Amino acid sequence: MDKLKFAFYWAASCGGCEIAVLDIDEKILDVVEKADIVFWPVAIDTKYKEVEAFEDKYIDVCFFNGAIRNNENEEMAHLLRKKSKILIAFGACSCFGGIPGLSNESNSEETFSTAYKDVPSVVNPDGILPQPSSRVPEGELTLPTLYDTVKALHQVVDVDYFIPGCPPPPELIAENIDAIFSGDLPPKGSVLAPDIALCEECPLEIVEKKIPTIKRPYEVVPDGKRCLLEQGILCMGINTRAGCGARCIKANMPCRGCMGPTSEVADQGAKLISSIASILGVEGEEAKTDEEVQKLIDQIKDPMGTFYRYSLPVSLLKRKVMKK
Amino acid sequence: MYEPKIIGFLCNWCSYAAADLAGTSRIQYPSNMRAIRVMCSSRVDPEHVLRAFINGADGVLIAGCHPGDCHYISGNYKTQRKVMLLKKMLEQFGIDPRRLRLEWCSSAEGGKFAQVVTDMTEELRTLGPIQLETGD
Repeated sequence: MDKLKFAFYWAASCGGCEIAVLDIDEKILDVVEKADIVFWPVAIDTKYKEVEAFEDKYIDVCFFNGAIRNNENEEMAHLLRKKSKILIAFGACSCFGGIPGLSNESNSEETFSTAYKDVPSVVNPDGILPQPSSRVPEGELTLPTLYDTVKALHQVVDVDYFIPGCPPPPELIAENIDAIFSGDLPPKGSVLAPDIALCEECPLEIVEKKIPTIKRPYEVVPDGKRCLLEQGILCMGINTRAGCGARCIKANMPCRGCMGPTSEVADQGAKLISSIASILGVEGEEAKTDEEVQKLIDQIKDPMGTFYRYSLPVSLLKRKVMKK
Repeated sequence: MYEPKIIGFLCNWCSYAAADLAGTSRIQYPSNMRAIRVMCSSRVDPEHVLRAFINGADGVLIAGCHPGDCHYISGNYKTQRKVMLLKKMLEQFGIDPRRLRLEWCSSAEGGKFAQVVTDMTEELRTLGPIQLETGD
């Protein structure tokens, strides 16, 4: 049998997904035994031109991580879709927009102005911003153009499978690589992770399903036994997909929702508002005045950023309305 | 001329009956609200509200029993917290939180219900049509 051809690509991402591929440890030896890696900008020196020269569907499986945030990302998404038999959205950014997706709360102009002018440590007296094209004595230099709206991979091209996580857990990657080698893949469009909420995997104990008051993680030391929500720490595990083995919770940190919602949930943030608000301040709710309830709600400082931490671009509203 | 569209989620036990009473009492109020009957105001998921907005509603009204009067004992307390939190988030999305309104109307308050719809319609008239951006 011919070896399979794998490709890995990063769009708007941090590089953590690339590390996660290596975190499968000695399993990587299986991968190189059964597959050739034909394109992997972070590890091997294949040029975009060489990818363009591949015949269509030349790549068997392409693992695409990172969100679509500029025209280079988008171009590569289209190119790799054309050259791949199976395109996998790999990691939270590529599945849901991820952390870069939070910039849908602003636009490219605001992003540039924050990064290159407003940050106190920046010295830029002439207010110079990166330009898509600039003239230098040697000729013209170009940069990709940043978009106002960050998108997930499937909002730009057709995607076959989704492996969520920030980054995807190594066990899940190894499991799915085995599935690819055995040809044992579920129907197209599937999320290659369990379709149950993280609470199922969580080792902590639910005692009364009530949040008395919200605390920021630095304000409290979790006792390691009871549900974090009951201890006042906002944990997104209640509607986040399992498959990570509750790795954050085991390190005494709340779930931040990087595996995305389960298939029953269309909008992660809306569902989290529903579930968190329902159990927040239940004790003595009948005696609370409107002001007291408002105070309780105001303990949640940034609902959009907390509840859509990884999924803003795929939410129902997708981005903030920018006043023109 | 711009006519605001309001989706009204009315609880079966109080507010829907209030709307009914407004009708049988022949109270005049704007026809801008489309009523959807739900068993309890807490049945309204924030997702329903967002869906109403992206499908063209200029405002969403959620109406339920007065605090303490919920048919399901504590549903409307949950509604209150959900709406407060959702309003906070709508603001972050650049949507005026006044487009979402929570009101308590008992089944004897046909007049109040008509007044609420009238006020909300007028308020939305001054706010203008909803504008959303759904990407490039």
